[in-house]
Amino acid sequence: MHIPDGFLDVKTWVSTYALSAGALGYSIKKSREVLNDRLIPKLGIIAAFIFAAQMVNFPIAGGTSGHLLGAALATILLGPFNGCLIISTVLIIQCIAFQDGGLTALGGNIFNMAVVGVITAYLIYSLLSKILPGSTGRNIAVFLASWASVVMAAFAATVELATSNTVPFSVAFPAMVGIHMLIGIGEGLITVVVINFVEKVGFVDAGPAVKSNCEVKTNG
Amino acid sequence: MGNLAKVFIAALIVAACLSPFASPHPDGLERVAEDKGFLEKGEGKEVITSPIPDYLFPGIGNESLATSAAGVVGTLLTFGVMYGLAKAVGKKNSQTG
Repeated sequence: MHIPDGFLDVKTWVSTYALSAGALGYSIKKSREVLNDRLIPKLGIIAAFIFAAQMVNFPIAGGTSGHLLGAALATILLGPFNGCLIISTVLIIQCIAFQDGGLTALGGNIFNMAVVGVITAYLIYSLLSKILPGSTGRNIAVFLASWASVVMAAFAATVELATSNTVPFSVAFPAMVGIHMLIGIGEGLITVVVINFVEKVGFVDAGPAVKSNCEVKTNG
Repeated sequence: MGNLAKVFIAALIVAACLSPFASPHPDGLERVAEDKGFLEKGEGKEVITSPIPDYLFPGIGNESLATSAAGVVGTLLTFGVMYGLAKAVGKKNSQTG
């Protein structure tokens, strides 16, 4: 859902740039407290993985495709502040090097995916992983956090398109949210598979580290 | 480091081998823009020109190979940039480890 140049008016892209700059500044401040030599390469590798996975569009109904967003993947593995930095970095590279997402829309794209997507994934995952027991419960929490992150990012994009008078909210809302409720299923399935793979190969130091990762950062 | 390398290799495999099989259909936003008639608002509005537009590495005739090459270059670039940024942000802790 990378918004191109031309879809957002000046007031919308300036506001989203400001919001994203604030969120990024705060994430950098929080990440600074935890980033060490063991964690730094992990950010690079997860960012690289998300870039690669975003290239692989999967078909959904009606001649439409979707691809991984990765906000939930990065957030569940490395916490919300590192997650925000990872998704923002991927979006900046896609915009500058690959013409995917407009430069004027970069603030909006970061806000939708690296801020709204990450916060949604973090809140849903933190809540559900405490309630749902066992590895099945964990997988359900990962799936739902991933699904919701895509739907909420699409909702944020819809609001920006509407405030830009690009498309009326009532027209865009059912279409955008509807399609992304389907794409979110793909997001959820891929994220569950990748998180299980990544933990199986020992990328995360120990199973519970994932949970404490998030907790450390909220206290942090 | 071996464990990290496995995930990095998985990323490179996805970029090199799966990206050419990506669905060519428009994504969710493009589909809505097309259906609701605002797709043309973005046409020709690009503010910058990118070195590897549309994930096709320039100068490679075969589209699958061009996509694979763009994927591998992008994956390495993303790793490098993120690593560098994280290193800069985490400078304080890196010294003491």
